[in-house]
Formats: sequence, C-alpha cells, structure tokens
Amino acid sequence: MHELSIATLVLDAVNAEANLRPAMRVSRIGVRLGDLAGVDADALTFCFEALVKDTELASAALEIERRPQRNKCSRCNGEFVVVNYESACPACGESSTQFVSGDELELAFVEMEEP
Amino acid sequence: MNRVPLGQKVLKENDRIAAELRQRLAEHGILCLNLVSSPGAGKTSLLERTLETFAPASRIAVLTGDIQTDNDAVRLARFGFPVKQITTGGTCHLEARMIEKVLADWRLEDLDLLFIENVGNLVCPSSYDLGEAAKVVVLSVAEGEDKPLKYPAMFFRSDLLVLNKIDLLPYVPFNLAKAREYARRVHPGIEIIEVSSLTGEGLPQWQQWIERRMRSHRQALAAT
Repeated sequence: MHELSIATLVLDAVNAEANLRPAMRVSRIGVRLGDLAGVDADALTFCFEALVKDTELASAALEIERRPQRNKCSRCNGEFVVVNYESACPACGESSTQFVSGDELELAFVEMEEP
Repeated sequence: MNRVPLGQKVLKENDRIAAELRQRLAEHGILCLNLVSSPGAGKTSLLERTLETFAPASRIAVLTGDIQTDNDAVRLARFGFPVKQITTGGTCHLEARMIEKVLADWRLEDLDLLFIENVGNLVCPSSYDLGEAAKVVVLSVAEGEDKPLKYPAMFFRSDLLVLNKIDLLPYVPFNLAKAREYARRVHPGIEIIEVSSLTGEGLPQWQQWIERRMRSHRQALAAT
C-alpha cells in the first residue's frame, strides 16, 4: 500500500504547478499509469480523494489514463499490446520481443481554469 | 480552461537518488542485489545460508529492511560481515534515500558485494529503484504458483527468480512447471534457480549466479 505516498507526491507536483499561476484553480489532474507500474488505480484514487478533502484541490478531478504493456517484435519490428502477459508477436509468432512501454507512473497534465 | 502538459515522473526524486547511488556503487565496483519477496518467502534464511558460504575475508555487506524490529539484522550479523537494519516504521518498502543515508556511514572501498533485503511485499518495492544492479525475487513453494501473474511488476523487474523451500514440494500442491511458465510469461528473460535454504539444495547454483554477476558487472564497469 504505497499509493498514499504516490498520491502525496502527485499532489506536491500539482501544487508546485498551481503556485506558478495563483489566479487559476486546478480543475483536473491527469495521471498516466502503466499496467506494470505496480500501482493500483482504485487505491490511488481513494488516497487522492482523502488527501484533497477540505483543501483547495477538493474540486479537482483525477483522471487516470491506464497504459497497457507494449512490446516490439525483434523479427518483424511490429509493435503490439501485450494481452495476458503473452509476449510472443501476434503478427509473426516470434517469441523474442522487447519491452517498449507500460510501466509509466507520471503526472501527465494539470488543467486550470479561472475561478 | 488551460491544460499544462507535464509528463513528469512521480518518483523522479527517488529515481534521481537511485541514479546517484548506482553511480557511486559503480565507482567502487560493487555489485548490489535487491532481494524482494512476499513476507515469509525466505529472504533472510537464504541470506544466512549465502553469507555462511563466503570466506570471512569476503568484502560483503547487508542492508535489511523491515517495518519493525532488528531481528533480521541480529540473525545476519552472526556471520561477521557488516549488517545494518533499516526500520521503516510503517513504510511498506525501501526507498533510495534510506539506502543513501545508511551507506553514508560505510567505506564503500571496502566492499565488493552489497545485499539489500527489502521489506517483505510483492507490490510496493517494485516501484522504487534503489540503485541496485539487479532485483532478485524469492518465491517459496508454500505460496501459490500463480504469484508471477498476480504481481507481474515485481517479476517483470527482477533478473532472477529464486524458487525457495523446494524441500517442501512433496507436501504442498505447488506446480513447479506452472510457476516457471508464469514467471517466463511475465518476463521471458528471467533466470530461475530452485533452492532449499533448509537442505542446501540449489545453493551452489545461486552462489555461482552471484559470482557470475560480480564478474560481468566488473567487466561492464571496466569497459565504460
């Protein structure tokens, strides 16, 4: 259960961004979460909501964009989404494929509006 | 409405400290292994059996993390190598800054090999880079063989899977072939060694794996 510390780090970064534009109000926070990040989206949302309660960010919506694992085939160079951890290339059947993405844990964006 | 695209890593501060640690360890030619598992898979027992096989003059140290107690450090200190306990006080994983703080007290020029025994937890420690050369995941046959599918991030990020407690295989419904298949499905390149810390079976292979990694690590460092 490290989602609380992850949510705290997200909010620290959001506050740092919000402080650059003191006249604006944060309306939406985007987090990019890879399936291999080892972070549970529901737990993160729960912690986020608990942390923003009664703060200036209370009305900000959290948008979590899930990113599946993507691999690249070492034979046909095709890129594909890994489903059920099946890492063989679905196009040509090659079993040797390379991890491309899917472990993201990023603050993707902050949306702000005039209050 | 005003959208500010950021694309910044949430754990960038941890990653920054881990990168510094990795650099410092590299400067001293130290191989650092981060041992991860669920609670009770046998990380401490494996380390005990590992430490007792090294010659007393070996340049090894151990950092062991737990939420509470220094029981593991007491167990591991019996072998005469430097051991430090990190008590996280509730935190379910080790973070790079905890390692940095403890290493400040050690002379890195006196070390070749550093074991980090992470907090028993198959989820959270996978997110935190500690500056290690490799993660080693320990899975005991007293657990379910589908652990790699349930906790893919950890198996994906580990170079080696140590299947521990194989002396219990006659007594537990653990499907070894399935465990290997699941681990390879999540991480096709993962190496797998079967051991029993109790009987000593498989420990020579684990020992050889460590020595091989120490050699290749040193060669890779010399080449840069």
